[in-house]
Amino acid sequence: MSIWDFLETYGARLANGTLVTCAQFLFASMVAIVAALLAGLGRMSGNWFIRSFSIIYIEIFRGTSLLVQLYWIFYVLPLFGVSLPKFIAGFLSVGLNVGAYGAEIVRGAIRAVPRGQWEAAYALSMSPARRMRRIILPQAFVLMLPPWGNLLIELLKGTALVALIAVADLMFVAKQINGATFLSAQAFGVALVVYFVLARFLITPFMRWLERTMSRRLGRI
Amino acid sequence: MSFDWKWEFTWAILPRLLAATLNTLMAAGIGYAIALVVGLALALGQRSGSRALTLALREFIEFVRSTPLVLQIFFIFYVGPQFGITLSPWVSGMLAIGLHYSAYLSEVYRAGIEAVPRGQWEACRALNMSTRDTYRRIVIPQALPASIPGMGNYLVGIFKDTPMLSVIGVAELMQAANSIGSETYRFLEPYTMVGVIFLAISLPVAGLVHLLEARVRRKLGM
Repeated sequence: MSIWDFLETYGARLANGTLVTCAQFLFASMVAIVAALLAGLGRMSGNWFIRSFSIIYIEIFRGTSLLVQLYWIFYVLPLFGVSLPKFIAGFLSVGLNVGAYGAEIVRGAIRAVPRGQWEAAYALSMSPARRMRRIILPQAFVLMLPPWGNLLIELLKGTALVALIAVADLMFVAKQINGATFLSAQAFGVALVVYFVLARFLITPFMRWLERTMSRRLGRI
Repeated sequence: MSFDWKWEFTWAILPRLLAATLNTLMAAGIGYAIALVVGLALALGQRSGSRALTLALREFIEFVRSTPLVLQIFFIFYVGPQFGITLSPWVSGMLAIGLHYSAYLSEVYRAGIEAVPRGQWEACRALNMSTRDTYRRIVIPQALPASIPGMGNYLVGIFKDTPMLSVIGVAELMQAANSIGSETYRFLEPYTMVGVIFLAISLPVAGLVHLLEARVRRKLGM
């Protein structure tokens, strides 16, 4: 079967799978960004309870595998009375996993905002919340964008694992087609190319654009 | 089903999980060895002077780095038989994980090599050293210490990615937990213990890498 015949026959199913992958990616990114901000700020909090909670979250999710976390959230959490549909369990575990790595980026970026900026905000008698929101975070945001670009590609790759709890994403569809037809090179090859295109021609250019826009807004260019 | 942790069951499955942990460690070790060697070849190949080769290697590295490892594992495992080459789960798993991480390691090497000051290259040229000697005796010994932190991080990374090998039936930790789960219908203890074992190994190793990094930085006067 030529690749064109293959695409004609299975293109629609692969496209559906790609849509599910994109949805997983978007939801997981949101979870990751929120978790990273909360844990990154929490790690620097003066309150020991918030601080240790953030450290435990970061270390547990960075110290174990995404696959272990995914299985645990999907198969074990129901025993505690929290049953999540597979779609939600999927993006939640990917997001929480990536968020733990993101927390370190957030912390590093906030630390990298020059001391003078903190002191100036203090001298203007801004409240800590206002200082964070108006002075520190906007500058930290520009600093953390480049590493987040890489992390979001890791996140996209991570979403392929949700196929293992039977979320019908691109990976899952490719596996199904492979199982039914044994056209492995075509099925997995097309999926590989789609992931590559998503990463290199959508996520990377978008992040570059965001970096440029944000630095212009802060008057850095 | 409700939450009931059974300690006797935990102790009963622990030996089986620990035996599988050895397989996991072996998989990580072999995969890492492949990645170290292939990664170096990829990094040096990019400096060969041939533009076509450099471009091809860069594209290859970009492709490997931006596609999911689990898909690459499936690809290598299933595509071989289609062309008459049958690879065992272990061989294809090791190939996939080794190749995947070689792309990352080649970037680490590349950064290390590029960090060697220009003067060192010029001095080698002035001393009429061959390219081979320049790399072997001057550049790589200086590039290696700078690359150690990155290399250590990917060692931890490769270890944490080994559970993906369970998808093609490599008998590692995750696979053991899966089969215990399907034999006994208890998932709480096996999956939780897998998480605990991973934490117990990766946290100390990550700590060691951190210490090593601090030491290397101090030695290099950074």
